[in-house]
Amino acid sequence: MLGKLSWEAIPFHEPIVMVTSAVVAIAITAVLAWVIFKGYLPYLWKEWLSSVDHKRIGVMYIVLGLVMLLRGFADAIMMRSQQAVAMGSGGFLPPEHYDQIFSAHGTIMIFFVAMPLVIGLMNFAVPLQLGARDVAFPVLNSVGFWLTATGALLVNISLFIGEFARTGWLPYPPLSELTYSPGVGVDYYLWALQISGAGTLLSGVNLVTTVLKVRAPGMNYLHMPIFCWTTLASNLLIVAAFPILTATLAMLLLDRYLGFHFFTNEAGGNPMMFMNLIWAWGHPEVYILVLPAFGIFSEVFSTFSGKPLFGYRSMVAATMGICILSFMVWLHHFFTMGAGADVNAIFGIATMVIAVPTGVKIYNWLFTMYSGRVVFATPMLWALGFVVTFVVGGITGVLLAVPPADFVLHNSLFLVAHFHNVIIGGVVFGIFAGYEYWFPKAFGFRLHGGLGKAAFWFWIIGFYVAFMPLYALGLMGMTRRMQHYDVPEWQPWLLVAAGGAALIAIGVALQVVQLVWSIRHREALRDVTGDPWNGRTLEWMTPSPPPMFNFAVMPNVEGVEAYWMRKQTAIEQQALRPEPDYHDIHMPRNSPAGFICAFFAATMGFALIWHIWWLVALAFVGAWAVFVVVAWRDEHEEAIPAATVASVDRANRAARAAVLPKLRPLS
Amino acid sequence: MRIFERRNLRTRPARKVARSRWALQWCAVALLPLVLTACHWAVLDPRGPVGQADRTILIDSLAIMLAIGVPTILAAFAFAWWFRASNPRARYRPDWEFSGAIELVVWAIPAMVIILLGGVAWIGSHQLDPAKPLSDRQAPVEIQVVSLDWKWLFIYPNEGVASVNQLVVPAGVPLRFSLTSASVWNVFFVPRLGSMIYAMNGMRTQMNLQADDAGTFRGLSAHFSGDGFSDMHFTVRAVHSDEFAAWVKATRGVGPTLDGAAYTALARQSANVPPSTFGAVTPELFNQVVRQDLAPGPGPATERGDVGTSKTGH
Repeated sequence: MLGKLSWEAIPFHEPIVMVTSAVVAIAITAVLAWVIFKGYLPYLWKEWLSSVDHKRIGVMYIVLGLVMLLRGFADAIMMRSQQAVAMGSGGFLPPEHYDQIFSAHGTIMIFFVAMPLVIGLMNFAVPLQLGARDVAFPVLNSVGFWLTATGALLVNISLFIGEFARTGWLPYPPLSELTYSPGVGVDYYLWALQISGAGTLLSGVNLVTTVLKVRAPGMNYLHMPIFCWTTLASNLLIVAAFPILTATLAMLLLDRYLGFHFFTNEAGGNPMMFMNLIWAWGHPEVYILVLPAFGIFSEVFSTFSGKPLFGYRSMVAATMGICILSFMVWLHHFFTMGAGADVNAIFGIATMVIAVPTGVKIYNWLFTMYSGRVVFATPMLWALGFVVTFVVGGITGVLLAVPPADFVLHNSLFLVAHFHNVIIGGVVFGIFAGYEYWFPKAFGFRLHGGLGKAAFWFWIIGFYVAFMPLYALGLMGMTRRMQHYDVPEWQPWLLVAAGGAALIAIGVALQVVQLVWSIRHREALRDVTGDPWNGRTLEWMTPSPPPMFNFAVMPNVEGVEAYWMRKQTAIEQQALRPEPDYHDIHMPRNSPAGFICAFFAATMGFALIWHIWWLVALAFVGAWAVFVVVAWRDEHEEAIPAATVASVDRANRAARAAVLPKLRPLS
Repeated sequence: MRIFERRNLRTRPARKVARSRWALQWCAVALLPLVLTACHWAVLDPRGPVGQADRTILIDSLAIMLAIGVPTILAAFAFAWWFRASNPRARYRPDWEFSGAIELVVWAIPAMVIILLGGVAWIGSHQLDPAKPLSDRQAPVEIQVVSLDWKWLFIYPNEGVASVNQLVVPAGVPLRFSLTSASVWNVFFVPRLGSMIYAMNGMRTQMNLQADDAGTFRGLSAHFSGDGFSDMHFTVRAVHSDEFAAWVKATRGVGPTLDGAAYTALARQSANVPPSTFGAVTPELFNQVVRQDLAPGPGPATERGDVGTSKTGH
């Protein structure tokens, strides 16, 4: 009846897991109870869970990403403390638990932290920057988000029902095959990623279409803000690369469920094929994450230097160059597989070539600051921290691209230090810069500046203290994923690294405090005009938070910095443009399709993992029924009356007119 | 980077020692943290020609990149600080957004660096191809390596002996390794000898290394292979040729024979296995493993797979 599921699946013998599960269960129950008793449930459902508004979906992606960041970071703390104490002893985490932790850490941080945060920011900001009222496919957008959330849910269920993969964040066969990983851990991994991967693909299709087809009048490609360009590049990569991931994981699923032999040791299977396929997705994935971060930094450097982005066309070319090159370098993840000198050299050089457009970007950011008026607001601190950190990470990355250097550093802690150097220094800092930058746009009040800066300093110092020792350990010959070791000279460095993780933990705590403090003191931090940073792109034209329809009237775009030009004209003339004619606006209706889809997807994933076949069939029928109902719906739009539009816009115009006399033309 | 020549101090005449000492002191100032624990920097302190060549390329590439990276970081600080909004002396040009000359330079500098580094990568990849023999004149010692869950098996086909979790090799003689895996993938890595390579089931990879002098080094798996992975390390003892011959003689004919049955027993999962030797080896055993005539390792006995890891506690 329940397939492989039994009481034995609950790890009663592991106190860490049981206590964590209990705390999580209590927290979830408490939040749910609070929502219900306060009567917030209808609001939550109407305004958020069933919303198809790109801004709301963007915010939900970010909430998901931040919550999962706490989970992934808890894993990191456990790993750092285990390695700090496990010199010549077993530490406090047995291998079968430790192996799950580092696998979950990588999986969560990439798929359920970095991806949702990056997609959330793109979802929130890109339609506003394009001067659009919504994304191309609003309901699809909602479905994409909820499928991602489903994946995250399944990974977290594995904590206390069954186990998670013990194979690393990429389940290399033959270790991940049924022979060597007979438990449900790999199945949790595979189904969580299949479901969330489908969500990511939908989101990619949606955002590519949005950038290509849904732009304000006059916004041609070379008028788009650079973040839109990086979004386009990143989502083109999603559309091209995620099907590879899905196909690869599907092959592994066939091996595990139906006795196929794609990657097995026996019967002609070849695990090398998995290695090639997974990195054919995996390397573009790096750029899927970092390109949007580059876009955020471009916006931040420009805004806080009071200048347009330096070398805009160069930046566009560099972005698209990276987009294409990122597909041609996957083999550098396994130079040590014995491919031969020509192959290794060619892929090594191709990898280095990516450093050229990336270097160009760095210099263009520097020259954006040059001759500017640099304001060290929190987003700018993250951007500056990024430039310095990313140069270090880039250098070690190019070093690893030199095959003979990789021959002694592959899979070492040097590698671990390198990719954290670029992912934290690039992607995570970019996400935090974007979070601080667009927060007032999303909620109508700023985050507390001092707490944000304090969090930044703890993060960046903690980062260097945590990861520079790992470079050293790599040079000392320490490989990754060791549950214990017997080389006493490693321990001092691992203790320092643990101290760095503790500093980062203080940074994270300060960010939580910053959020809570800012919500409680939101009136003092209120953004009245909708343009708190003296912005340059169209999102700052809207009130904060923007109305559902974003723009009362479609803006007419005449240059790269559409809003900046309008603002300067208004300041010079000391008058806003004349009030436009307001019309009814048709917006897509809320749809519960995404949420219900996710319910069935989660049920189906869980049933597949535990081989509960009747439930698989039932959930599949349910999901199919949702699709049919949504596809054949009659009404999917509702009109917002012109009077409502007018009142929203007039309020915003009044707020902006009030500050106009205080603004001076630029000298 | 003369600091790394310290290993030769013992065998050198006094005058050279003095000069090396001067070099040491000079480097000590520059690389103080490195020097303090020099002998633990396995990758930077190699004991064989492959490792030394790897290290040279690593340090050269790093130096080339630091030449461009350090000025970039300094420029980032300098630009941000000088052009801070509160500095009245900095000139503000709110519309300065393009310069053809600067664009040319910022594309050209990274491109030229990459052309240089690309050359290093191309030549280095070919010179240090793991499959390339180290010497035309000197015949290498053949060693066949099988990674098992979770221990290393070393077969000396010409000597007819084998060992588990210990590798004894003659110093100053090229070593030719052929590698495969009994079950999941591993990477064979002796940091102080140089390059690493994958060991994969059903496939054979090749690796050429050499230890210049006698010494004891640490070897390990550099690719996660399951719950017993952390104990999957071994000791490499590089000894003088006559000592190696003596070791072979003392090992041969003593203890168990490595045949199909013994191999199958060895392929079962176990961790933290003490070093041992086989006094005889069935000919062709390694090739039977590569061809999968001997079945791949069986994996864990139970679904939760905890068996075999119980010994990892210390």
